[in-house]
Amino acid sequence: MPYPTDFKYTKEHEWIKSDGKNATIGITDYAQGSLGDIVFVELPKTGSEITAGKTFGSVESVKAVSDLYAPASGTVTEINSALATAPEKINQDAHSAWLMKITLTDPGELNSLLSAADYEKFVAEEGGH
Amino acid sequence: MRYLPKSTADREAMLKAIGARSIDDLFAPIPAEYRLERDLKVPRQMAESEIVDWFRERSRENGDGHATFLGAGAYYHYRPVIIDSLISRGEFLTAYTPYQAEVSQGTLQSIFEFQTMICELTGMEVANASMYDGSTAAAEAVMMAVRLTGRRSVVIARSVHPEYREVLATYAHHQGLPLAAIPFTENGRLDLKALEQAITPETACVLIQSPNFFGTIEDVTSIAEIAHKSGAMLVVSIAEAVSLGIVEPPCQADIIAMEAQSFGVPLGFGGPYCGVIATREQFVRQMPGRLVGQTTDRNGKRGFVLTLATREQHIRREKATSNICTNQALVGLMVNIFMTIYGKVGLRELAKQNLAKTAYAAQQFGKHAKVLFSGAPRFNEFVVETSEDPYAINSRILGHKIVGGLPLEKFYPELGNASLWCCTEMTTRTAIDTAAGIVAESERSVKPSKEEVEEVAR
Amino acid sequence: MKHMTRKATRHISQNEGLIFEKSSAGKAAWKLPPLDVPEVDTSGLLGTSERKNLGNMPEVSEIEIIRHFTRLSTWNYAIDLGMYPLGSCTMKYNPRVNEVVARLDGLANAHPYQPEKISQGAMRIMKSLSDCLLEITGMDAITLQPAAGAHGELTGLLMVRAYHQSKGVPRKKILIPDSAHGTNPATAAMVGYAVENLKSNAAGMVDVAALEAQMNEDVAALMLTNPNTLGVFEQDIHKIADLMHAKGGLLYMDGANMNALVGKVRPGDFGVDLMHLNLHKTFSTPHGGGGPGSGPVAIKKILEPFLPTPVVITKSDGTLAFEYNWPQTVGRVRAFYGNFGMFVRALAYILANGPDGLRQTTEDAVLNANYIRKGLEGVYDLPYTTPSMHEVVFSDKLQAKKGVKTMDLAKRLIDYGFHPYTTAFPLIVPGALMIEPTESESKEEMDLFIESMKSIAEEVEEDPQTVLDAPHNTRVSRLDEVAAARKPVLRWKPAI
Repeated sequence: MPYPTDFKYTKEHEWIKSDGKNATIGITDYAQGSLGDIVFVELPKTGSEITAGKTFGSVESVKAVSDLYAPASGTVTEINSALATAPEKINQDAHSAWLMKITLTDPGELNSLLSAADYEKFVAEEGGH
Repeated sequence: MRYLPKSTADREAMLKAIGARSIDDLFAPIPAEYRLERDLKVPRQMAESEIVDWFRERSRENGDGHATFLGAGAYYHYRPVIIDSLISRGEFLTAYTPYQAEVSQGTLQSIFEFQTMICELTGMEVANASMYDGSTAAAEAVMMAVRLTGRRSVVIARSVHPEYREVLATYAHHQGLPLAAIPFTENGRLDLKALEQAITPETACVLIQSPNFFGTIEDVTSIAEIAHKSGAMLVVSIAEAVSLGIVEPPCQADIIAMEAQSFGVPLGFGGPYCGVIATREQFVRQMPGRLVGQTTDRNGKRGFVLTLATREQHIRREKATSNICTNQALVGLMVNIFMTIYGKVGLRELAKQNLAKTAYAAQQFGKHAKVLFSGAPRFNEFVVETSEDPYAINSRILGHKIVGGLPLEKFYPELGNASLWCCTEMTTRTAIDTAAGIVAESERSVKPSKEEVEEVAR
Repeated sequence: MKHMTRKATRHISQNEGLIFEKSSAGKAAWKLPPLDVPEVDTSGLLGTSERKNLGNMPEVSEIEIIRHFTRLSTWNYAIDLGMYPLGSCTMKYNPRVNEVVARLDGLANAHPYQPEKISQGAMRIMKSLSDCLLEITGMDAITLQPAAGAHGELTGLLMVRAYHQSKGVPRKKILIPDSAHGTNPATAAMVGYAVENLKSNAAGMVDVAALEAQMNEDVAALMLTNPNTLGVFEQDIHKIADLMHAKGGLLYMDGANMNALVGKVRPGDFGVDLMHLNLHKTFSTPHGGGGPGSGPVAIKKILEPFLPTPVVITKSDGTLAFEYNWPQTVGRVRAFYGNFGMFVRALAYILANGPDGLRQTTEDAVLNANYIRKGLEGVYDLPYTTPSMHEVVFSDKLQAKKGVKTMDLAKRLIDYGFHPYTTAFPLIVPGALMIEPTESESKEEMDLFIESMKSIAEEVEEDPQTVLDAPHNTRVSRLDEVAAARKPVLRWKPAI
């Protein structure tokens, strides 16, 4: 699956799409593939602060839980409520099943993240193991 | 040794197949300095008949054939015989935890029925597949409320079982959770004014027991109002499960932590018993312990599986809701069968008999001694205050092969010569009359000498 | 089935619905004797606290209950039917004399608060069991209070914390090998410790150099399982214990794998400061579908002041008593004294064995595991070649090439009449097959097991789909765990 070029990516397999002020965050197709069928997503409340690199929630499959790491710092403005009843949307289309929207504290943080091409390379190396 | 299915020839053949000269080769990894070269100093191997004799002696030394007025968190009820017939089946007794659902549907379906019936009885929406006992269930329920509210202090009624409070203190201590204890009033119920004053915005939950340690039924509605208005949760502990047959369950609770021992589990000198946590659906992901869920297999057939396992230690490890792994499954099965036997009508009739026996006993005792906490309804326990030290009275009662009520001084020193008496459907009128008679005698003999002393003082 | 198996065949079993589906008003399985005291006016006594309705509680007859649970029981696998090769579970024979003695009236109907004068029998059982367990473990004192292994770990770590606090420095961390059972880190977190992972070396054992690097005065204890979850005895145990003690730390041993040690070596002799035992593993008390267990904690003298109360003591007149006055106790971890019913059973097991039986049991357990290892070497990948004690860990590496994983192999094993081994644990072996036969298995049963595992390996080569679609011969197959987790249905509800 091609990785959208207007997204930035982390090595923990999150994506972030931003307009400079606000951003939308999700997990990548690779992530949903390794997790398997997702049964539950734990997200922060709107209004809470998240810090780049720190965990902000988790994603569960039947047999495993994976922490979610913030790609950037900011304040949560909206969470995707559809995922509460249909977490499988992430498996179906991880790049449109966004998890949450935030206002960015420091848009500069995105500069150190991976581009779609770099992320694809990173994933190819990981997958080879 | 008769449990080992191997002949000398088998062992030799196996060693040969492995390529070992003797069994010692296989223990070579143990450094020589530690290898035991002597026999363990444990009693010599006994024949089965000797084992039975040895334990029979212990049983005799343990007061078999005594009637009892003891309650206080462990209750003597009749155990229908089919409970043991069924749980003794090897397929239940010697089965493993149902992680492999295809070969554990018997265990899984029974647990699903258990969870359902606990919900019906407690008025809650979900129930787990058992905790160790009522005391640890209460402690874990409080921890659950702390996680759910994000608040760090706990308010607890003094009328909760003293040993339950001790266990909570142990669990809470290292987590740095302050516990505030609220007194009871002269009617035996939680002091609502004191409760109001003790609750702060940092209070995660209020823990009460109903019927409480004294057998008194708490005013759950008022307590719930006070707790909820401050954003605290209400955790209710139930130690006498039979009460659920005739006493309205605490539906206003957020979490109920039960001890189900009364439902077909032998007294057994304190364990194994059967704790359960029941709560509302919205809290289920913070609930500890195993959960069984219904699902379908690949052919669309109904079946059952352990579910929401991501809460548990084997997946979450240090982030688990609890460290619990082994629970009380077989004991839970006893409870399940008991609830099924008595059912909708029987549980109510059973509870009514408990109520009647206790009401009669309280009345008889009340003729001569003081029955405390009579200002509020009670279930099957009551507190009696005697002039004489209850230990002395009890040793006389013991002479009739009857165990008297629990002296309360060690738990509630302010109650002086009070003792806690329990009557179940197993308590006979004869036993009640005998015990009440001895208490009456005690009061009669003490009062004249008290009056004499007062005369002399004047 | 493509390959013949001599262990199991398909067999007719009875269908049975939920008990609620059989319920109807007027059926009853109970009868109470008439009251010998006056009837009461319930509403008068209870007022608004009176419960009028027990909702959807069932109403069924006795025979329906007997058939219901009997039919359900036939859907279970059990030790009584055959081997459970589950690693670290020690699924051994549950002797029936244990069940008989546990039901003797004076023991089964003893109230925990009855006077000590008429509790000497129960207390004598507790003392005798304690003495035997102390001799077996080589430790100085013991508490029988914890209800299960995890509960024992909790109790142990509470005592570790109390010990360090008494020395003035509480310390913050617990070291746990990456091969450890999940209860270890979960417990450490519950007690408020930070968990630090200790990597295993190439042989799957504790990396002593790594331990030396990570051990400092901030580490309270190391939680070790020995033999470890690979079934391998930690040969550097002395160095490990010394390293811990040199920096004032304690060595905690998870006793889940004691079945490899009883009568052959004692943890107290090789430097362990405290450990828990699993009576429902090593000491034959029944698993009962998931419990009850019992997790006594045995300790060295330095930890004695911190024991949970009450402690069983012998008075000057020779009688036994419960001592509550223990100034530095960690407190109680549960009401009453512990899972007494399990003490009776474990003691009966020890008495049935005696010193020679216990030693022979351990030898047979280790012999059996090695026999299976030899039988399956080459058929399945053996990630670590270190000698096995009572359990052996293979991996699905060879079969994974054909897209078949450990869970698939396990499900196919069911068709051959065995319960699966432990899949996917320990975490340090990807695709693990963890096998512990215990001493209760005959050569015949193990030959059948080896044959079955070989047959499955052949099937993976010739017809992998059969394995991937297994089990084929059970009442239900491959239950939808995803749906169960996404939309949990945790109770029956009446049709509206």
